[in-house]
Amino acid sequence: MDNFHFDLVSPERLVFSGEVEHVVVPGSEGQFGVLAHHAPFLSMLRPGILSILGPGQPRRIVVGGGFAEVAPEGLTVLAELAVPVEEFDRSQLLQEIKDTEEDLVDAKNDALRDKLRRRLDQLNRLELALGERGTRA
Amino acid sequence: MPSLKDLRNRIAATKATQKITKAMQMVAASKLRRAQAAAEAARPYAQHMDKVLGNIARGVVGLEWAPKLLAGTGRQQVHLLVVCTAERGLCGPFNSAIVRLARERAGALIAEGKEVKFLCVGRKGFEQLRRQYGRQILETVDLRAVRVLKFEHAQSIGEKLTRLFAEGAFDVCTLFFSRFKSVIAQIPTAQQIIPPVFSAQEAGNAGGAVYEYEPDEEDILAELLPLNIAVQVFRALLENAASEQGARMSAMDNATRNAGDMIERQTMSYNRSRQAMITKELIEIISGAEAL
Repeated sequence: MDNFHFDLVSPERLVFSGEVEHVVVPGSEGQFGVLAHHAPFLSMLRPGILSILGPGQPRRIVVGGGFAEVAPEGLTVLAELAVPVEEFDRSQLLQEIKDTEEDLVDAKNDALRDKLRRRLDQLNRLELALGERGTRA
Repeated sequence: MPSLKDLRNRIAATKATQKITKAMQMVAASKLRRAQAAAEAARPYAQHMDKVLGNIARGVVGLEWAPKLLAGTGRQQVHLLVVCTAERGLCGPFNSAIVRLARERAGALIAEGKEVKFLCVGRKGFEQLRRQYGRQILETVDLRAVRVLKFEHAQSIGEKLTRLFAEGAFDVCTLFFSRFKSVIAQIPTAQQIIPPVFSAQEAGNAGGAVYEYEPDEEDILAELLPLNIAVQVFRALLENAASEQGARMSAMDNATRNAGDMIERQTMSYNRSRQAMITKELIEIISGAEAL
């Protein structure tokens, strides 16, 4: 199978750069996989786990919001947060879930409440995904 | 004429000062290495961001629903100058250079009859602007407690800017910081971030691919524009941090060298007056002996 170039960048550093075969990205409208020769595509991210698949060490990286760009040259993911699953601090996530729940209670209008509810849902799903990994390991 | 003891004390004091400046120089050098690495690590993100945003923006500018953060309010009346400086002094002309650039811009804008507001990031800039523009300073962001600059810090400044913009506090926002070119050269720079300016060079190589968007362009832009502001602020702060250390390093290097020269001169005058006293005493003894 063909390989393509993949860059994962956070504001603080270049987290990953190299040739890969298959990457699964948590898009805001749903997860999507990217293989070589993918059509040009731009998507926002939701908090979730980005997986680099294929031969060699598969890697799983927790990403926060940001966006992914598929261009003819390859895939670029710009994430506000990008931490390998092994180094991720779950207590921080739990804290954020709690904060969001509190914000939801205080939210004044429907638009904001809707947004917060979606965010909470995403965070919970991430927490769930991390939990699954925990029991398996 | 100072006594020998005075001279000795003075030399000791200069030596102590030299030790301090030497130590500051070495601290700055090691911090510089880290700051420079951080600034370089952040560059790819800012560049990609610029490229992607530029791509979308070109398709959207001029459309009716184009977000204000991108297209501007359509007026140029109120300018917000975000002046990023250091929290500490003793770094040569670093802070003053940034403030001078901001002040010149403010003067020019006021001469055109525009309104100018300030937002200071860093204590030093605030102190220098307070006298002249005290009432126009909206807010001061203090990063003194920050040891390692994180994206969250820039994000909170970015949110502040977006909020002020949404409230209609200003029409155009310009960022003032010092671009790190090398240890001896830091260039004070002004960068307009609201509405953003995209360089013409990128426009040339962009038009190739047609993108699919998910969700649609409007939602992406709504997310991306505030993010872009935070990213630009973050980049400015990192460049600033590296510049500050570079400026401090060369300033302290100069100070150390000056202290060395001063010690040399003081030692010379100390030795001279010592020799003068010995000679004087000898003359007194000899003339006393001759008188017998």
